Amino acid sequence: MNATETTDVLIVGSGFGGSITAYHLAAGGAKVTVLERGPWLNSEEFDHDFKFGSSTTRVFDFVVGDGMSVLGGNCVGGGSVVYFATMPRAPRFVFERHGSIGRRMWPAAIDRDALEPWYDRVAEALPVTPTSWDEVPYIGGVFAAACKAAGHTANPSPSAVDTSLCTNCNWMMSGCRFDAKRSLLLNYLPAALSHGAEIRPLHEVQKITKLDTGDYRVHYNTIDEVDYRQQTGSGTIDAKIVILAAGTAATPVILQRSEPELGRMPHAVGRYFSGNGERLNTAVLEDDKVRELLGLSRDEANAYGAYQIGRGPVVASWDRLDGDLPEYERFSLEQLYFPPGFGTILAQVPDAKGPSWYGPEKKEMLRKWRSWLTVFTMSEDDNEGVFGPPPPTGNSERLSQQLLGFGSLRYRPTENTLRGWEVSDAAVRDILEHNGLARVMPWTNDVIGAYTVHPLASCRIGDDPETSALDDRHELRGHPGIFVTDGSAVPGALTVNPAFTIAALAERAVPGIVHALRERGVEVHYGAPAPDGGGAARRGTAAAVRTVLG
Amino acid sequence: MPETECPPSRNTVLEAFADTIIPGEKRHPDDRAVAGVSQGGGAVAAGAIDVLETPEGGMAPALDDLARMLDEHAVAYRAGCGLPEDREPFVGLGYDDRLALVGELLAPGHPEHAMWAGLAMFSFMAFDTGAHMHTADAIAAGHPGLATLGFAPPGEDGLWRFPAYSYGRPLADVHPDTDPTGSPV
Repeated sequence: MNATETTDVLIVGSGFGGSITAYHLAAGGAKVTVLERGPWLNSEEFDHDFKFGSSTTRVFDFVVGDGMSVLGGNCVGGGSVVYFATMPRAPRFVFERHGSIGRRMWPAAIDRDALEPWYDRVAEALPVTPTSWDEVPYIGGVFAAACKAAGHTANPSPSAVDTSLCTNCNWMMSGCRFDAKRSLLLNYLPAALSHGAEIRPLHEVQKITKLDTGDYRVHYNTIDEVDYRQQTGSGTIDAKIVILAAGTAATPVILQRSEPELGRMPHAVGRYFSGNGERLNTAVLEDDKVRELLGLSRDEANAYGAYQIGRGPVVASWDRLDGDLPEYERFSLEQLYFPPGFGTILAQVPDAKGPSWYGPEKKEMLRKWRSWLTVFTMSEDDNEGVFGPPPPTGNSERLSQQLLGFGSLRYRPTENTLRGWEVSDAAVRDILEHNGLARVMPWTNDVIGAYTVHPLASCRIGDDPETSALDDRHELRGHPGIFVTDGSAVPGALTVNPAFTIAALAERAVPGIVHALRERGVEVHYGAPAPDGGGAARRGTAAAVRTVLG
Repeated sequence: MPETECPPSRNTVLEAFADTIIPGEKRHPDDRAVAGVSQGGGAVAAGAIDVLETPEGGMAPALDDLARMLDEHAVAYRAGCGLPEDREPFVGLGYDDRLALVGELLAPGHPEHAMWAGLAMFSFMAFDTGAHMHTADAIAAGHPGLATLGFAPPGEDGLWRFPAYSYGRPLADVHPDTDPTGSPV
């Protein structure tokens, strides 16, 4: 009874960092086990519903910290199930950033050119495709036209949405009912399963210990499928290699909890957290101005009034993604829809005489909700987030059955970060308040602090052991055989949506993990094609793979 | 605290708080919880108590304490302002005084900020999502919050689709440094 289970590779988390590595390693012949703390939903279970207990709360985690709150995926497929699938590559200057350490924060081995072929692999796999103007929803169109009227450029962003299937329902944060959003449930994960990988939902990893053999033992609790506060059991699995991909807000917490038995962690575990410099502004547009100034109309009655229609962010302005600008003053601006709840509470009333985020004036602002347009800033912060002591289980003390909990992350924005937000707020006003088109206010940080949907860097790669937890092959310093491949490995803010970069880094990390498995006597090959069998992008990474595997 | 003939129930206090967050019109002439400073239903009519009491939300075990603490804060508030003490503490405050007190509790740095922010957010969610009901049912029942937003109803199968969605033409110049994949260089 209770014979210890064993596997070659134990992967914690099934988002981009977990699914991509699971696929390649299983395809290469390794025995792969994935533990995912959230549930496993299929497309029929992705609800169009705000009710507590629908997929809207089942697949998300919202962890409130001290000065920073983090939204992340909590289900098989992780962030890919809840993301908006906007997939730009990070601009070249990002890889040269110094950030808070006064010297280049990325490993010398990685710049945009080096990452390009790995981006190509992900682009082939999901796939990621350019967006044409005739696929841009009204909200993106009105933002683009406002940018043009104010003298700015605007781009339809590349995305991982099959627009032929998309209904522009804007429920994609609750999971895509129509399989239009190319989540990992449609590519890497089924391919991993077909190669024998095992995925266990509702398994929340608590800690890692080390065996005398040099292998690792992973300790988990099983979680009730409705009330995530309830544990239904526990167990352990032994593995030669552990890949942590539990998400930026969870991976460092598992390592912190493991430290007493596993041994001292690198200094950067649970430090240097970045919120990707994120900031939101909400504009209330004047419909007659949209018609008069921008020459737009949906029909005779409406020029805009289409906040609810679309698929998250589709159009972005990249005028400030200019490497010649000073660090902390570079950012992208993306038009965005956030559903009610997430997207309404923190929005502030312009020129409020009373309270700005609640009260009578806020209710009047809500009456104009159809004319709202949210603008998402992704800027350069200072990696100023630090995780406190871990909670007893998981990565938060859960308040609600699902979704809401309180974590240990502490974030105090530096003057650099605040300056970036100030400059971007001004840019948003310049675009949208031009000629009285709209009134704009940033979201309040008085309720839950700052917030991010793209947490990064809490366990990051780098060349300097003092300021990076991982080497440039994503291996945890001082703990051979433990790799980290999720957003926590990204060194800092990217100024754009990070999913594509996280995924490209995970693809890039696989040959090094194959090497580590072979060193431990596991017969494993590298070289699987894209999940659908496509091999076009594989040629581009061949040279990089040879440097790792010979 | 002086006894009143009809001491406020816990829910009346919580309703008065929710009405401070998203105000509505009185449900009936004797409605004490709803101050009546706004046209149309507010958070209370939208189901604030139901949302707060859902087992899923996790707030239910705290509601007795929150209502009691709110009244304690109201007693101190009205004493500080020299307001009459012959009525229910929080419910007896006028809307502007409710707003002023709630503003103190929600201010960053208040030692109880997290719990009052939580109560405010759940009250808000009752209005703008109706999270205690299936959204399609809430819309069909005329949920006041979703109606205020103008949230479009679903199709017959309960799912949302917007066949008309685009202006359908280029509306800005793309950035000159865009690579062939559509990304910034």
